[in-house]
Amino acid sequence: MKKITAYISLCLMAIVLYSCSKAVSNATDDAPMLAPAKTDIDAGAWKPILLTGPTEFPVAAPAAVNSTGYIAELNEIKGYQQHITPEQQAAIRYWGAGGVLRWNEIMRELVSKYNLPPYQNADGTYPFPSAANPFAYPLFPFANPPYSARAYAYISAAQYDALVAAWYYKKQYNRPAPSKTDAAIKSLLPASDLPSYPSEDAVLAGVTAEMMKLLFPGEIAYIQQKAEEQMLAKIRAGMATRSDVEAGEALGRLVAQKFTARARADRAGAAAGTQTDWTAFETQTVARGEIPWISQETPKRPPMLPLFGKVRPFLFDEATTVALRPGPPPSTGSEQMKKETAEIYDLVNHPTAERTRITHFWADGVATPTPPGHWGAIADADFIGQRFSEVRWARNMALLNMAMMDAAIVCWDTKFAYFNPRPSQMNPAIKTLTGLPNFPSYISGHSTFSGAAATILGYIVPGRANAYTAMAQEASVSRMYGGIHYRSDCEVGLVTGKKVGEYAVTRAKTDGAD
Amino acid sequence: MKRKQKSYRLVAGLFLYLLLAVQSVSAQTDIDGIMMAKNNFCSGLMYSHSSWSNYWEGTLKRNNANLGTVSSSMLAWMGNYGVSDKLNVLFGLPYISNKASAGTLHGMKGLQDLSLWVKWMPLEKEWGSQTFSLYAIGGVSLPVSDYTPDLLPMSIGLRSKTISLRAMADYQLGSWFATASATYVIRDKVTLDRELYYTTQLHSSNEVAMPDASSINVRAGYRTGRMIAEAIWSNWRTLGGFDMTRNNMPFVSNRMNASMLGLNIKYNLKAVSGLSLIANGGVTLSGRNMGQASSIGGGVFYIIDFSPKKKTKADQAKK
Repeated sequence: MKKITAYISLCLMAIVLYSCSKAVSNATDDAPMLAPAKTDIDAGAWKPILLTGPTEFPVAAPAAVNSTGYIAELNEIKGYQQHITPEQQAAIRYWGAGGVLRWNEIMRELVSKYNLPPYQNADGTYPFPSAANPFAYPLFPFANPPYSARAYAYISAAQYDALVAAWYYKKQYNRPAPSKTDAAIKSLLPASDLPSYPSEDAVLAGVTAEMMKLLFPGEIAYIQQKAEEQMLAKIRAGMATRSDVEAGEALGRLVAQKFTARARADRAGAAAGTQTDWTAFETQTVARGEIPWISQETPKRPPMLPLFGKVRPFLFDEATTVALRPGPPPSTGSEQMKKETAEIYDLVNHPTAERTRITHFWADGVATPTPPGHWGAIADADFIGQRFSEVRWARNMALLNMAMMDAAIVCWDTKFAYFNPRPSQMNPAIKTLTGLPNFPSYISGHSTFSGAAATILGYIVPGRANAYTAMAQEASVSRMYGGIHYRSDCEVGLVTGKKVGEYAVTRAKTDGAD
Repeated sequence: MKRKQKSYRLVAGLFLYLLLAVQSVSAQTDIDGIMMAKNNFCSGLMYSHSSWSNYWEGTLKRNNANLGTVSSSMLAWMGNYGVSDKLNVLFGLPYISNKASAGTLHGMKGLQDLSLWVKWMPLEKEWGSQTFSLYAIGGVSLPVSDYTPDLLPMSIGLRSKTISLRAMADYQLGSWFATASATYVIRDKVTLDRELYYTTQLHSSNEVAMPDASSINVRAGYRTGRMIAEAIWSNWRTLGGFDMTRNNMPFVSNRMNASMLGLNIKYNLKAVSGLSLIANGGVTLSGRNMGQASSIGGGVFYIIDFSPKKKTKADQAKK
């Protein structure tokens, strides 16, 4: 009897043991190889964002496909294809799912890695990351939500402009893919009629590697390796030759430099403000008869990028930022504010499983890609099924990410125009169910980002419009469930975000892509 | 004869005090050299309180003014049934409540993980006043409520289903004893409520692969039918995982290590046969990605004899 019990127990454990699993795969590990539904061969005529036109950075005509130089390039491919290791095959499949997709994922990874608030100095002040010395603590940058929103937007916008130029020259020079010229070259990824000069993959690699110098200077080396892997994978796969890649990379870098120049002058560098600025927000709020926001951290941390509202937007001008600013929140002394604070107190003290799930699903706090990165992941997941060409994928991501950057600008302008306190400042008995962001409450950043994202995404993928709206509402209300925003922060944030999103829709309707 | 005592005592739920990684409670006797006699069922409640102000961020020891002191209270229901004198089945079910003294984070509370153990003593040799015994012990734990592991250090547990495999040896000379055990803990992946998380890379999944863990437990002291007093040293190691980065929050798959020293006292009341009281405490000597917790606890347990033939009071008094 004893032995039987022991054996049964051992067997049961063996079964449980077998069911335990360590394997965790990423959502896009098995993404299909990108086979665009159409080549968008006329995308060279689409309206760029910063470029004056597709020929602003001329691309020299390629050598003829019967030239000795080109034949040598074909021999390079044949040499690679003699023996392809499993590792090289994995790189081909990785990049084969889509260059825009993979660079978006890499960007989200970098943001997550750098999205950590600096630890305080011994005297209770806080150090600021230095772009001049990105490897010293605190690492540069602190990729918080406004910083990240801007980084995503610049990368996507630059990728889009560079691809518009690339498509222009693809059509003009019409050099076929290597496998079309030489039947001995295998096409290891889905072949298409898209001309291969300049290489769209190399354009993406060049743009992104160049932009890293500004946005994530501590990661230049890492990104350069990724860029080289992408370009070589496409040569190995028989999709591009050496000269296709070299022309593409050079074009990408030139276009990126134009965006870098804009970024250096867009006022983001001064967005952290100074002690004078921080004090002024407080005194001005008191002068209006309102309770000013106070950092709930110990030691008190300066507010996150308080002058980000002055950054130059992509979709409208600075005057429009101010025009989009919503009216004030309920006065801190009002009955309405009392009521809204009481509502949050009640929510945090009566959490349900579903509300907790929603809070965590949308938390997007430290060490995450932030709300703009979360929306980028949502968009990419849907774009995979749309079989967009690289230029269309980049265009759609640029619209999404510019909308979210501009949403961050309008949201931050509003936050620091009103400087109103968080629920847990109004009532210290309110304890939060997620991390409390270190900046004023009105309006909710999540809500503004989500309102903008759902609006432009609903235009891009109309079949999912209702789903995006529902997601935006859930993201918005998650901040009330978490105890860090009042209802009016969330509701007004969503409405304001939608208004920003409409600017992206207006652009989308007139950029020549639809 | 010592093995036949209807002794019951607690291991101080040692791993519970790992705080940053609230492990499933080590039910009372899954880690000591004492077996419940056949048909006896011992059950009781154990309360413990632990707290820390310092923690290891990776290997860097620090405090955090936005957490202050993080404290954890546990009330656990535990039981041990003697299927035979050589085979026991045990369980533990803790309710845990965590809170921080500073900062804005809300405390969390709830039922944590149910643990079930089978403890088998395949060998027992006695000669003179010495006894040597060997044990093979296996356990499983699984979460029994919908708590989230994704808000450490406030989360009440790691939410990983686990299987523990343990080998243990016990030696007794007169009233003095020493016990040593080694455990391998297989940990199942954990599901989060979000679909993007960063470890040393970004993962687009709601599942987190959990590194396995191992532990060593050495205890020695004085043991008679009436009481036990022992010192306990234990070492918990996570076999993999990553360090918290600077000023980051803890994450469920961090490399959580700790070594701890504790005291445990059990006393069987003379007045009420079968009733015992337990008191224990412990400190964390060193750690990694964990709080430096100190703990204190107490419990009360009672033995019920389900033997078909009722024992007389005279029988029980002999023990």
